[in-house]
Amino acid sequence: MNEYSFPILFGVVVGTIARIIMLRTDYRQYPTYLHGKIIHVALGFIAASLGAVAVPAIMEKEFTAVTFLTIAASQFREVRNMERNTLTELDRYELVPRGNTYIEGIAIAFESRNYLVIFTSFLATFAYLVLNIYFAVFITLGCFIIINRLMSGSTLKELVTIEYSQIHFEKAGLYVDNIYIMNIGLPERQKEIMEYGMGFVLTPINFDVRSTIANLGQRQAILHDTSVSLGVFRDSGTPALVPLIKRDLNDGRIGVFLLPQNQDVNRAIEVIGSVPVLENAIRMPSESKNKNKNE
Amino acid sequence: MEISKMILAIITTNSNKTIGGAPTFICENTEEMERTAANLEAILDGIAHGLSKEMYIIVKH
Repeated sequence: MNEYSFPILFGVVVGTIARIIMLRTDYRQYPTYLHGKIIHVALGFIAASLGAVAVPAIMEKEFTAVTFLTIAASQFREVRNMERNTLTELDRYELVPRGNTYIEGIAIAFESRNYLVIFTSFLATFAYLVLNIYFAVFITLGCFIIINRLMSGSTLKELVTIEYSQIHFEKAGLYVDNIYIMNIGLPERQKEIMEYGMGFVLTPINFDVRSTIANLGQRQAILHDTSVSLGVFRDSGTPALVPLIKRDLNDGRIGVFLLPQNQDVNRAIEVIGSVPVLENAIRMPSESKNKNKNE
Repeated sequence: MEISKMILAIITTNSNKTIGGAPTFICENTEEMERTAANLEAILDGIAHGLSKEMYIIVKH
């Protein structure tokens, strides 16, 4: 035991707690049960240890010890690869796949959360050593609040207005509002689709949003999330029964065609509204320099 | 280049409208055409698209 033992222990504990807080299993069901979680809690523990140990190392003027953090960085990049590979492999067996953009978003979140753990335990240990444990607790609580805020990105209901729209057929063409979805030839399939299908029109609230919801990855994420939450009327031998999203080229609205097992319209609107906006799909044409010059 | 979409079969009641290229099933009437298309859809794991009243194609997506 020495003067650093308790601060390091404190840093490691709060860092690991931070990782556990960030490791929520929700409707996305990922990571699933025990084993997946243990991997991430263990990695969180390693991250917390690295963050906590960095402070005494600097105080002892062992500056080279900071190079350890570079090892941590490559280690956590590996975490991102691991998540990406696992999810891509699993995606082939989903009835409605997540899509690469969504997977990349999840993988990035896993990597960045480990860095957040490092920062949390670094700051906590630092506050403990420089000031005292009360300040350290205070700083930790601050970190937890920031982490919670960072965790929840924006959702679709902030970007679009969602309206229910009855699907209909014009000859073999399936339409949601005036947006063409696909060609279904067999009357039998058409009947099934009329029975189970639901249509929604998502109208973007401004120009930036148009390109965000046009992103194919974002659209796939909408389909995946709604299929997870509402169920999907589909099986491996029925390629015609596939939820799809198509775009109205004139005004950037998108027509969402779903085949939910739960036929509750309000619930569906709620679910679509809470689909996360993928970081990689966000576009900000209004921020471009050229546009501002013209205004 | 990998071809991701292709026509697996043509089902028609009007044999003048097709000259082959894909397996073609010529049917007597609309009812038979629909039944054949439904069967082929399930067998080939493709989607039956209607081009006109007298022709369906099965497409692998």
